[in-house]
Amino acid sequence: MVDRNSNVTADRASSNAYWSANIRIILISLAVWFFCSFGLGIILRPMLSGIMVGGADLGFWFAQQGSIYVFLVLIFVYAWRMNRLDKEFGVDE
Amino acid sequence: MDQFTLNLIVVGITFAIYIGIAIWARAGSTAEFYAAGQGVHPVLNGMATGADWMSAASFISMAGIIALAPAGGYEQSAYLMGWTGGYVLLALLLAPYLRKFGKFTVPEFIGDRFYSGGARLLAVICLIVISVTYVIGQMRGVGVTFGRFLEISTDMGLYIGAAIVFVYAVLGGMKGITYTQVAQYVVLIIAYTIPAIFISLQLTGSFLPQFGLTGTHVASGTEFLVKLDQVVTELGFRAYTSETANMLNMILFTMSLMIGTAGLPHVIIRFFTVPKVADARSSAGWALVFIALLYTVAPAVGSMARLNLTTTMWPNAATGNALDGPAITREAIDSNPELSWIRTWEKTGLLTMTDLNGDGQIQYFNEPAATAAANKALAAANAALAAAPADADRTALEAAVADATAKRDAALATDTLGGQTLAERGWVGNEVTKLDNDMMVLANPEIAALPGWVIALVAAGALAAALSTAAGLLLAISSAISHDLIKGSINPNISEKGELLAARIAMTFAIAIATWLGLNPPGFAAQVVALAFGLAAATIFPVLMMGIFSKRVNKQGAIAGMLVGLIFTSVYIFAYKGWFFVPGTNMLPDTPDQYFFGISPLSIGTVGAILNFASAYIVSSVTAPPPHHVQELVESIRVPRGAGTAVAH
Repeated sequence: MVDRNSNVTADRASSNAYWSANIRIILISLAVWFFCSFGLGIILRPMLSGIMVGGADLGFWFAQQGSIYVFLVLIFVYAWRMNRLDKEFGVDE
Repeated sequence: MDQFTLNLIVVGITFAIYIGIAIWARAGSTAEFYAAGQGVHPVLNGMATGADWMSAASFISMAGIIALAPAGGYEQSAYLMGWTGGYVLLALLLAPYLRKFGKFTVPEFIGDRFYSGGARLLAVICLIVISVTYVIGQMRGVGVTFGRFLEISTDMGLYIGAAIVFVYAVLGGMKGITYTQVAQYVVLIIAYTIPAIFISLQLTGSFLPQFGLTGTHVASGTEFLVKLDQVVTELGFRAYTSETANMLNMILFTMSLMIGTAGLPHVIIRFFTVPKVADARSSAGWALVFIALLYTVAPAVGSMARLNLTTTMWPNAATGNALDGPAITREAIDSNPELSWIRTWEKTGLLTMTDLNGDGQIQYFNEPAATAAANKALAAANAALAAAPADADRTALEAAVADATAKRDAALATDTLGGQTLAERGWVGNEVTKLDNDMMVLANPEIAALPGWVIALVAAGALAAALSTAAGLLLAISSAISHDLIKGSINPNISEKGELLAARIAMTFAIAIATWLGLNPPGFAAQVVALAFGLAAATIFPVLMMGIFSKRVNKQGAIAGMLVGLIFTSVYIFAYKGWFFVPGTNMLPDTPDQYFFGISPLSIGTVGAILNFASAYIVSSVTAPPPHHVQELVESIRVPRGAGTAVAH
């Protein structure tokens, strides 16, 4: 009885740890997501107007090209990190 | 072989493929009808999601919206970032958890998580409003494409399109739709990128349009974007790369499109079709790979088509300054076979030209503010005169026209372009009186004088984009009716066979209604997109996110949040666009200086979402927490293991 209860507690603790690790990965990813699009593409564009990419400035390039590439890499890195996390905590399928 | 026969053959082949797939992928169970038996490979699902997502708006309109934007192309980057960045939110915040939940529809999750039939019903209403408004645009896109390329009436084109969707959507459900969408994706991406590659090679020598955009313009030796900015600013337009005048609005608009994308039911249900939670994550990535192929090309397509068009109108602009040489002449347009595409498009009404000053040339430029306002007033005075009954006293009206003409002439004498006043140049106004956004993509191969089969391919691609999105939307609507309304509340004991039949009947009705709305568009086809994204952003996205990431948000909170988001967002849009889009019923003029803090109705979804989150948390904190079994449910969807065993009902 005592044994089972401690298992349940251990499970609960492990799933809480899994969830907070997941949240941490999400928050880091969202920070990158926000920075490349809203940050470099919109808010910081006037400050970066001196850096040129082809015929346009860096902010313009991020708004029309760069942010999309970052989004792509971001999703795959997230998927890879989560798969690793799933295995670590033994919750993968 | 003439262009018409070529179009017919290419479109015919693609349609035969879609119907072949439909017969091969018939659905035998509700699991297959709603979620393709949850056995679709993540890469194929990504491709199908790409076709499902990229609508007539993405394929036909977006490049033109960006390239021809009066405020400059940069501001419209919101579409590029918004319609791709939403997939990051889907992958991180929604798709894996909803896949783990393992049911068929979005309202079903909302109903179970918030243990409330009312919440589920509210979600069904939001879903139907979003999907029905969205489907109208697709049906119009089908009709217009048929009308332009296959020389049949728009209405007939609509019937043919509806018949094709009927065959594979009713027969195959999600299974038929998914595999057809894979084929449609291939057609649409080839159709979009091939002309872009040709044009990029012609203009910049770069094989990849993505690099062409930031490459060098071969004819002038300067950077392509510098060249484009020089040509358009010389003619009085704002530069393509100009700063936005309203950064707050651009941020909110981008955010609305992002969270709206993540909250669109027909996109979310695509992630119910993959076998595992891990697949839902990677499938969002694959979807974005396939979407990015089009979205990174789109700004190149639009801006290159614009430069090509401008240098056609001003031959000297290709290598030097536009105004140093003459404009194109009407005679050249009518006799030169290379310019026959201009006449073709004039027939469609998407492009109109009038030689206002009668000098035999067509001057394409942006009227400076005073001239533009004076020309508008003159046109109104002339219209009033023309509309007056024959027996009325016309002196006052004639005097008004004379007065408006004098004011216009005064404006022409003061407004300058390229160092000379318009009066000195002998111009009275911009003679390209209409240039539709949709032309940029559809006429692109003709503007660049590409071979006939490329033009036929663009027709097939536009149809694939519109049909695939229409099918996805129709599935979302029919499953909400058969699964959430009929099985969920009207007749819970319905048999599997009965539900499948109900789903097919609902699908048939949905197609009939969509076709009817396509034939009788409520005159607001362009504005409804704002409503669809605004509502998806303000209702569905927040409630799904809170359902997953909070154990404390309860039934009362979710219902309050959805209601606040729904009412606030639709009222703000209706206030500017007219109640239920009826013209003339708007309470405030639809102009930027009238918007609260400059926030346009297109961008209001973000504010609606914030209000949704806030009211849900406040109401939840003063009411009882969700029951234990619901908290267990949230625990279980947060962990991937066990998704395979999820039950269908």
